[in-house]
Amino acid sequence: MKKKQIACPAGYQTPWEKIRPYVYILPAMFFLGVFVIYPLIDVVIRSFQKWNMITEPTWVGWSNYAYNFRRTEFKDAIVHTLTYALFVVGLGLSLSTLFAVWLSKKTFLNNLTRSVMFMPHVIALLSVAMVWAWIMNKDNGLLNMVLNFFGLPSLKWIDGSETAMMSVIIVALWKAVGYNTMLIYAAIQNVPAELYEAADLDNASSWKKFSKITLPMISPQMFMLLITATTGSFRVFDTIRVMTRGGPGTSTQVLVYYIYKQAFVLQGKVGYAFSAAVILMLMIGVVTIAYFRILSKRVHYQ
Amino acid sequence: MKPKITVLSIVSTLLKLLLIVIFLFPFYWMIVTGFKTYQETIAFPPSLWPKEIQWINFKKVWESGPYLTYMKNSVVVSVGTLILQTLVMVPASYAFAKFNFKGRGFLFAIVMVAFMIPQQVTFISIFNMMSSLGWLNTLLPQIIPHAANAFGIFLLRQNFMQIPDELLESARLDNASEFQILTKVMLPMGKPTLVSILMLSFISTWNDYFWPFIMASSSKVYPLTMGIAALRDVEGAYDWEIIMAGNVILVVPIIIIYALFHKRIVRAFAYSGIK
Repeated sequence: MKKKQIACPAGYQTPWEKIRPYVYILPAMFFLGVFVIYPLIDVVIRSFQKWNMITEPTWVGWSNYAYNFRRTEFKDAIVHTLTYALFVVGLGLSLSTLFAVWLSKKTFLNNLTRSVMFMPHVIALLSVAMVWAWIMNKDNGLLNMVLNFFGLPSLKWIDGSETAMMSVIIVALWKAVGYNTMLIYAAIQNVPAELYEAADLDNASSWKKFSKITLPMISPQMFMLLITATTGSFRVFDTIRVMTRGGPGTSTQVLVYYIYKQAFVLQGKVGYAFSAAVILMLMIGVVTIAYFRILSKRVHYQ
Repeated sequence: MKPKITVLSIVSTLLKLLLIVIFLFPFYWMIVTGFKTYQETIAFPPSLWPKEIQWINFKKVWESGPYLTYMKNSVVVSVGTLILQTLVMVPASYAFAKFNFKGRGFLFAIVMVAFMIPQQVTFISIFNMMSSLGWLNTLLPQIIPHAANAFGIFLLRQNFMQIPDELLESARLDNASEFQILTKVMLPMGKPTLVSILMLSFISTWNDYFWPFIMASSSKVYPLTMGIAALRDVEGAYDWEIIMAGNVILVVPIIIIYALFHKRIVRAFAYSGIK
């Protein structure tokens, strides 16, 4: 640009130079517009319509929403989604923080443990769900054999309506804990060592060092992890589809599975699916805003 | 500090070994089950090693569907997505990082909003779109909707912003074209980030189940994950040795890649998770 400024008045741009950045971002904006923004608007509009996907849709106001909220199946799906998220996020992040601190020294065994724990994250959730369905099999599964070996009774795991949700949560934790541990570990590595040295001079206890130095210093990363983990668990589908198909009964039917069922399994109920999808989007939006409102003041940015 | 052997350190070491077993054993069990006979899978006590290696399980998986097609589809979708994302992401990140233009803030905000909107909300609309385009019997619905990687644009822009403007200025003084600046200055500097983004994109496309589950309407366009999932969709009792053999086919390439490049992969994930 400097070169041009010699010949032309300062700041002068040729027409091509003016539109050039727009040309560069055009493909990205086109695809985001067509496959993200437009579909979102479409979902909201269709949630107020009755439509069988063939004939012309008719406007029905809030009745799709009213229908959903009248049904126990839908309310249960919301409760199941929130239960799942509560345990996967709460228990998951607590365990991960514990592991990250415990494995924070760079020894051979610690490095190995972290790497092995991380592995499920790169494996297809489909395969993770399938191997755990086999391990949790009520008749020939390994887990029941281990329980029996210790003199404990067999559990029905994914085949029992009381244990199915717990089983799916265990699988989600197994899949995610290593990834979260690795991220928290990486954050801990960036905490300046001088802070700990200063604390050592004051004879601070390990707990004090963790709560007064480590936790505040890694709070920005924890905050991001909290948001991605929560919104991620609101979107759970693969494990549910592969392991339980929302069952037994509807005991593990989460919101995305409900949406899928209304749209593709039960014919002509697509309006209910669209309104449930809007609810899912609202849940994600509300939880993100709530986190920002409540927690961002407590996040310590350097 | 000098290493001391205390009760606590022994317990700690044992617990770490237990963790390794907990996270490794399911993979081991998948592979071992895949080589057993049906009788052996349901035998009590379970055997830790197959009495006789059953290669026939893999033959049975292979013959249960057009697996060569599934594999080809998985490769085409994963690689196609990767190439398309690169072509869309690089110029967009360059413009957002290094050009001042009207509406930049607003347009970038749209990218960030797009990043927040999950496909689990919009999939029915996209499905209808693909259906009215007549694309459902092709691989396009599995590739085209993923062309713009909003998170990738964000990460690469962050990286491009760190490249000093002076470097670009001096290249322009040397009469370098914009294309040369992009390929000779920006891309070499942004390469590690770009490689990380593409690695994550490849792994997630290869592993994806939800999207092909919605978009792939026939076995002609199934990726590997859909073919493997079909092994368990038969009614009645499952042959776990067949199901596990199928999963071995899906998982082993990724395990090998992870074993070889785990440092790089972990860094890529850790980098993308921290802002």
